[in-house]
Amino acid sequence: MMDQFVFAAEVVLNGLMTGVMYALVALGFVLIFKASGVFNYAQGVLALFAAMTLVSIQNGQVPFAHLINAALGTQIHHFGWTVPAALAIALTALVMVGLAFLIEKLVLQHLVGQEPIILFMATIGLAYFLEGLGDVMWGADIKTLDVGLPQGISDGIEAATAQWFGYGFFIDRLDLWATLIAVVLVAALVAFAQYTKQGRAMRAVADDHQAALSVGISLRFIWVMVWSIAGFVALVAGIMWGTKSGVQFSLSLIALKALPVLMLGGFTSIPGAIVGGLIIGVGEKLFEFTIGPMVGGATETWFAYVLALIFLVFRPQGLFGERIIERV
Amino acid sequence: MIYREAGDFKTSYRADGQTFPIRLERWGYYTVLAVAFGIIPFVINDYWANAVLVPFLIYAIAALGLNILTGYAGQVSLGTGGFMAVGAYAVYKLMTSFPGVSILIHILLAGGITAGVGVLFGLPSLRIKGFYLAVATLAAQFFLVWLFNKVPWFYNYSASGQITAPTREILGFAVTGPTTSAPAKYLVCLVLAFLLAWVARNLTRGSIGRKWMAIRDMDIAAEIIGVDPLRAKLSAFAVSSFFIGIAGALLFAVYLGAAEVGEAFGINKSFLVLFMIIIGGLGSIFGSFAGAAFMVLLPVLLKNVLVGNLGWPTDLAAHIELMIVGALIVTFLIVEPHGLARLWRLTKEKLRLWPFPH
Repeated sequence: MMDQFVFAAEVVLNGLMTGVMYALVALGFVLIFKASGVFNYAQGVLALFAAMTLVSIQNGQVPFAHLINAALGTQIHHFGWTVPAALAIALTALVMVGLAFLIEKLVLQHLVGQEPIILFMATIGLAYFLEGLGDVMWGADIKTLDVGLPQGISDGIEAATAQWFGYGFFIDRLDLWATLIAVVLVAALVAFAQYTKQGRAMRAVADDHQAALSVGISLRFIWVMVWSIAGFVALVAGIMWGTKSGVQFSLSLIALKALPVLMLGGFTSIPGAIVGGLIIGVGEKLFEFTIGPMVGGATETWFAYVLALIFLVFRPQGLFGERIIERV
Repeated sequence: MIYREAGDFKTSYRADGQTFPIRLERWGYYTVLAVAFGIIPFVINDYWANAVLVPFLIYAIAALGLNILTGYAGQVSLGTGGFMAVGAYAVYKLMTSFPGVSILIHILLAGGITAGVGVLFGLPSLRIKGFYLAVATLAAQFFLVWLFNKVPWFYNYSASGQITAPTREILGFAVTGPTTSAPAKYLVCLVLAFLLAWVARNLTRGSIGRKWMAIRDMDIAAEIIGVDPLRAKLSAFAVSSFFIGIAGALLFAVYLGAAEVGEAFGINKSFLVLFMIIIGGLGSIFGSFAGAAFMVLLPVLLKNVLVGNLGWPTDLAAHIELMIVGALIVTFLIVEPHGLARLWRLTKEKLRLWPFPH
C-alpha cells in the first residue's frame, strides 16, 4: 500500500515537471492570442526552429549547406568554428526577432480583419513553411543540444527521499531547472505586462484593437514585439525540450499537446496556461500509471485531448478564460 | 465569344435551376465525363493510376466530405485522418468477416460506420465552436489512431499490426488485392467519386445544404429562423464522415493494399485534406476536386523537376515541398481565401464579358 502510494507520488511529481514543459509552450500561444487574437499553431514549430538554429549556430554549421551543395555541386558543411552557448543563444534570439518581423510584414499584416479560423489556417501554413525552412537550412538529422544545463538524475533528492520514505525518487535535474526557469519567465512576463509602458500597450491591444489605435498605439510594433517575445519563449521551450529529447521533428508535436493545455486553462490567461499544463502533465502520467496497463499503454497520445474535450463540454471557456458571450 | 448565356433560353424552373446553366459549360461537363469514363480506362497505365489518378479521385472524395463539414456547415475538423482510418478498418473487418458479400456493399457500409463514429465525435460541436472544436476533433484523431493500434481485434491479430486487403472482385474483375489492374482501380474510384460528387452537389443546394450554410454563417441567427442546430450540425458530421469513411476505405483497400494506421492515417492526412479544401475553395464542389488535384499533382511535379531534372537529393526535395505547400497556403489565404474555385469563377466571368468588358 505504502509502496503504491510512493510510486503514485513520484508519478505525480514527474507529471508536474512535464506539465511545466507543456506550460512553457502554451505560454507562447497565450501571449500571441491575447495580443492579436491569432491562434498560433506554429508555436511548436517555432520552438523546433529555434532549437535547430541554436544547435547549428553552436556547431558553426553553414546555413542552406545542403541546398547550396545540391545546386552548385560544392561540398561545404561547417565554417569550422564553434560558438559559445551564451553567444549562440543571443544570436538565435536575434534570428527569432527577425522572424517575428518577417511574419508580421509578410503574413499578418495582410490578414488583418479576417476571421479567426482563416488566421488559424494561415499559421498552419506558416508551420509547414517553417518546418521545411528549418530542414532546408540546417538539415533534418536529429541533433543533440547542450547549452550546459545540468542533466541526469538528481542524487540529492534521491538520497533525501530515500531517507524520508525509504524509497528514492527519480527526478531529472533538467526538469528542476526547467521549473525554475519557467517560474522566472512567467514572473518576468507578468511584470512586463503589468508595469512597463510596452506591456500596458500590449494589454490595450489585446483588449480592443481600434481603441488602442485611437490612443496612438502602433499595432504593428506591438505585434512584432509580441511575436518576438513568443519567439523567445519558443527558444526557451526549444532549449528545454531539445536538451531533454534531442532536436528533432517530434519537438513540434508538443505544440499539439499545448492545445489541450490551453483549452483547460483558457486561451487568454497566463496563469491558466501554467495550471492547465500542470493538470495535463499530472493527469496523463497518472492515467498511464493507473489505467494504462489495462488498455495497452501509450495513452499519453490521446489522454490530454479527450480530457480537454470532456472538460470543454461543461465549461467552454476553460478554467480561467473570459466568459464567451454571444450576441446576434 | 461562344461562352455566354445569350440565346440560351430557359422555359422551365427545372432548366433554370440546373447545375450547369450555360450550354457550353454543360457540354464541357459531358465531355469530361465521356473522357473520364470512355477513354481513360483504355489508355491508363500503372504509373498514371498509382501516382496521379487514383489518389486524386480518393482524395477528392475525402475533400468533398471535409468540405461539407467545414466549407458548408462551418465546423472545422482536424480529425479527417482518424475518420479515414475508421473507414479503412471497417472495410477491412467487413471484407475478412463476410467474404461472400460484394466489396461495393462493404465500402458503403464502411462509410455508414464512419458516419456513426463521426456523429459521436460531432456531439461536442453543439457546445463548442471555432477552433475549440478543431482542437476537440484532434481528440478523435489521436484516440482513433491509438485504438486501431492497440486493440488487436481491429487488425485480426496479425503479427505486423498491419491490415492487408484480400482480393475481391466486381463482375469478375479484381478491384482489391495485388492482382488488381490499373483500369479496375481507376474505374471503382471514378464511379464512387462521380456518384458522391453528384450526391454532394444535390444535398448542398437543397434544403439541408441551406441549413448547413445558415449554421455556418451565423448559428444563433440560423436557430432563430428555425434551423435546428442539433440536426443540422450532426447531419453535417454524418454526411461528411460518410464521404471520408468511403475515401479511407478506398485508400486502404484499392490504393494502398496494406496500411499501418499511424503512418497511413496520421495527423498529416488531416492537414493534407484540410489544405486541399483551403486551396481548392471552401464551400465548393468543384473546389474539392481542384484542391485534390493540386495537392496530388504538386509533389509529383516537384519530384519530377527537382529530383528528375535537377538531380537534387529526394529529402531536400521533400523539405522544399513542405516550404512550398506552406507558402502556398498562406498566399492563398491572403490573396484568395476562396481558393481555386473562386479564381475559376472569376475567369469564367471575364470570359463571358470578353471581348466587350464594359
